[in-house]
Amino acid sequence: MNKQKVIYGTVVILAVSLIAALVVALVLLSIGASPLETYKTILLGPLSDLFGMTEVLVRAVPLLLVGLGIAISFRSGIINIGAEGQIQMGVLASTAVALALPGLPKLYLLPMALMAGALAGAIWGGIAGWLRARLQVNEILSTVMLNYIAGQIYTFLLRGPMLDPAEREMGSGTPQSMRLPDHVILDYIVPGTRLHTGLILALVMALLVWILLWKTTLGYRMRAAGAGAKAARYAGIPVERYLIVAMLFAGGFAGLAGAVEVTGVHHRAIEGISSGYGFAGIVVALFGMLHPAGIIPSAAFFGVLLIGADMTQRSAGVPANMVLVLQGVIILSIVSAQSFLRNPYAQERLLRWFQNLLPAALRTKKGGQ
Amino acid sequence: MHPVEMIYNVLCLAVPFSVAILLAALGENFNQRAGIFNLGCDGIMCVGAFLGFMVPYSIKAGALLPYGNVLGVLAAMTGGALLGLLFALVTVTFRASQGIAGIGLQMLGWGLSGTLFRHFVGGVTGVEGIHVYAIPGLSHLPFLGGVLFSHTPLAYLAFLMVPISWFLLYKTPWGLKVRAVGTHPRAADTMGINVDLTRYQALMLGGAMAGMAGSYLALCQAKMFSDDLVAGRGFIAVALVYFGRWSPLGIMGGALLFSIAQSFQLSMQVWGIKFPYEFAVMLPYVLVIVVLALARKARQLGPTDLGKPYNREMRF
Repeated sequence: MNKQKVIYGTVVILAVSLIAALVVALVLLSIGASPLETYKTILLGPLSDLFGMTEVLVRAVPLLLVGLGIAISFRSGIINIGAEGQIQMGVLASTAVALALPGLPKLYLLPMALMAGALAGAIWGGIAGWLRARLQVNEILSTVMLNYIAGQIYTFLLRGPMLDPAEREMGSGTPQSMRLPDHVILDYIVPGTRLHTGLILALVMALLVWILLWKTTLGYRMRAAGAGAKAARYAGIPVERYLIVAMLFAGGFAGLAGAVEVTGVHHRAIEGISSGYGFAGIVVALFGMLHPAGIIPSAAFFGVLLIGADMTQRSAGVPANMVLVLQGVIILSIVSAQSFLRNPYAQERLLRWFQNLLPAALRTKKGGQ
Repeated sequence: MHPVEMIYNVLCLAVPFSVAILLAALGENFNQRAGIFNLGCDGIMCVGAFLGFMVPYSIKAGALLPYGNVLGVLAAMTGGALLGLLFALVTVTFRASQGIAGIGLQMLGWGLSGTLFRHFVGGVTGVEGIHVYAIPGLSHLPFLGGVLFSHTPLAYLAFLMVPISWFLLYKTPWGLKVRAVGTHPRAADTMGINVDLTRYQALMLGGAMAGMAGSYLALCQAKMFSDDLVAGRGFIAVALVYFGRWSPLGIMGGALLFSIAQSFQLSMQVWGIKFPYEFAVMLPYVLVIVVLALARKARQLGPTDLGKPYNREMRF
């Protein structure tokens, strides 16, 4: 049973990658770029040296964290598009905590900053969960709107109350917060690169999410609510409550991703800190089949894509927006492939088609010999 | 400033603001009436805005020059219809989950328009755009002339689309089919209505209208293109359909309400009322959430099979 699932998943991922590669090749041809060259730069460029590889992992950390949260929410039957806003809330809260209590030792302050980020993200996600559970507000629309609202709150705070006092004096007008105290900053794993201990945290979180979803009652109930709300309700599971819990988790992970970005990479809140991780996280989660064991390689893969897209923009002049096209096509083909193949009739038809094909192929082979 | 003059200023701004979301929401209404929840509306608007901008921008001389804007709008509608077709393939034929697929379409449209724009144009460039056409006679009416009759031809068309969509939905056989496949596809199928075909048609029509809405933004409102030109208007349009209870007239009311809120916010800044700019910008988005929370009873009026893929081979 499990083996079948893995095979099924592999087939879907391969088919999706092929379709996405072909569609994007068409777009690349239309702007006069060579698809093969571009793909080579995107996929191999970032892996050509140690620095590139660590940069890939630096990008993979927030993708992994966001993807884990989105997997929890999708598994529970609620679609979280609001990771972008939740990340920004996480950045704000962890920056605020770190700047407000610089006197505390690292042992307390760093976990507090990270948890503040997760909490802020959880609250921001929880709003959408609550609106869905109690007022039946479509969570996709509410999370999208909350993204725009979070974006405005973020710029308001960075330009106003949280603006770096030095920036205000100089008047250069870059909206950014003060630099975080040195002892709130995550340690580096590889000296001379930007790879920070957030990677270890993210991997531990992946394990925890697997335990949560598959080894605890809470996770079981959340998955049941997502798999069939009516059946779950009949079995006595308060589905609405688990929708809120799922959004709290999803938002919490996105907020944590924001906190890790600010303490690990940028060391201060700057504009554009989330840079699309919230949306890329959706693709990462779907591409990883909503399972931590799939999301880890998927996050690394999309880390490669993001770095590679930057490289092609510099070397081949292919706009980095290309990644958005790729992500869009991947989402469209994943959901198509999944629901098409999940249909038992389609499966049966596909199987029959294979069976008809196989003997025929064997026969021609024998005939040839 | 005299209060009447203030109201006049707000309303004069509000009408052009409402056109894009009105057109997109009327198109989305066809989708949702047919049972498909198309969140990709925003992405389609991006592509429509790009095509609407690109065609007149690239026609610099020659016989086609006077028709640049018309061709731009037509290109935007064609592009929108094609994206609608793609979405139909994904959600109707492959029966994919519509919410997630919509986000995919949004990313695709957004990324595609940005990529092509950066490659073919590069930086911010303006186009002449479509000029205001004041309706002779009527535009000289006091007050109403400025508010209602001094706009671009696309704006008149958008408001004309309100009765046209109403007529299409409620007074034609095709409209009946659309409403039937969105409410009870199995019954419609039993009566010989081709559910998939009707949904395809509705999605292509909705896509064309979203494309036109995008071209309005590029040609009439901003007279340029940029990545963030659409700025979530497609999502607001989707929310408006809920707010307007799936009726063209209600959608028009919602679109006007939102654009009055928006132009009021802009006018406040002009009048010099101190209010943090960011909070003013956030206002329409907050309004959407509040409206959705209040409109939850309306859901009973909506198409009952909204968001559910139909599979005639399945018994349930």
